[in-house]
Amino acid sequence: MHVVYPAVLAALLFSIGVYGVLARRNTILVLMSVELMLNAVNLNLVAFDVWLRDTLHGGQVLTLFVIVIAAAELGLGLAIVLAVFRNRRTVEIDHVRDLSERDDPPGQAGEAPEPAPVPARDGAS
Amino acid sequence: MTAAAPGLWPPTPQEVVFLFLGLVAAGSALLVVTTKQIVHAALWLVVSFGALAGCYLVLTAEFVAWVQVLIYVGAVVVLLLFGIMLTRAPIGRSADLDSGNRIAALVVAAGTAAVLVTTVVAGFSQVYTPLVPGQGAAGSLGASIFRNWVLPFEALSVLLLAALIGAIVLSRTDIGGKD
Repeated sequence: MHVVYPAVLAALLFSIGVYGVLARRNTILVLMSVELMLNAVNLNLVAFDVWLRDTLHGGQVLTLFVIVIAAAELGLGLAIVLAVFRNRRTVEIDHVRDLSERDDPPGQAGEAPEPAPVPARDGAS
Repeated sequence: MTAAAPGLWPPTPQEVVFLFLGLVAAGSALLVVTTKQIVHAALWLVVSFGALAGCYLVLTAEFVAWVQVLIYVGAVVVLLLFGIMLTRAPIGRSADLDSGNRIAALVVAAGTAAVLVTTVVAGFSQVYTPLVPGQGAAGSLGASIFRNWVLPFEALSVLLLAALIGAIVLSRTDIGGKD
C-alpha cells in the first residue's frame, strides 16, 4: 500500500469538510462537516501508524481517542444547538450574530437599537 | 520501504479496493456538503463513514474499523438525526441550507486541497509499505492501550464524564443558574 493514497484521500476529505464548515448555514450540517474533518485526521493517523510500525501503536490508539473526543464534542455541540434553538427558534449560524461587530445602518450611526433580548432560559417549561 | 516496492501504477489489488472505497467515501462526503435535504446529508454521512471503515480494514486497522462502525455509524449519526428532528429542520428539499459565502468557501477549500495534496504527494509519493494482517487486532491494540496509554485513557474517561454532565446541564431547562 502506497502511503500516498490514504494521505491524498485524507487531504480531500479534509478539504470537503472545510468547504462544508464554511458554506453551510444549518448548524447541524456544520457539525457533520467537522466530523468529516476529524475522520480525515483519523485516516492519516491510521495510515502513518501502519507505515511506521509503531510498537506502541500510537497512531491507532490516538485514533480511538480522537473518535471518543469527537463523540463528546458532538454531544456537547448538539446540546448547545438545542439550547440555541430553544431560545431563538433558529439553528442557522448567520442569524446568531449577537457577538458580531455589526455595521451600523446608515442614519442611526452609533445608536442602532439592540434587538429585544431573548430570555436566557425558558424557566419551568 | 523495501527495495522491491512496486510502482505507483498499476495499483496492487489492495490499493484497487482502497481506491474504490476512497472514491465512495469522498463522493458521499461531497454529497454531505452539497445536498439540499438535511436528512439525506446525515444518511450520506453513514455511507462516507462506512466506506472509511472499509478503508481502515484494508489498512489492517480492524479494531479501529469496528469502533468506527460502532461509534460513528451507530451513535454519531443517530445523534445527528435526533438533532435534526429536535430542531425541526425542514424535512425535504430546502434552498437555504447554504449561506451566502459559497464562493469564498469553495475558494478556501480548493486552496486547502491544492496545498495539502501537493505537499502530501511531494512528501510521500515514493513511500511503500507492505500490509501485514493482524497489526491492528483488538488484542495488540488493547494491550497497547492498557500498558502504555493508560493515563491518557483515564484522562479521556474523565473528559467523557465531564462532557456527559455538561450536555445534561445544557439540555435540561429546569436547572437554571443561581441568579
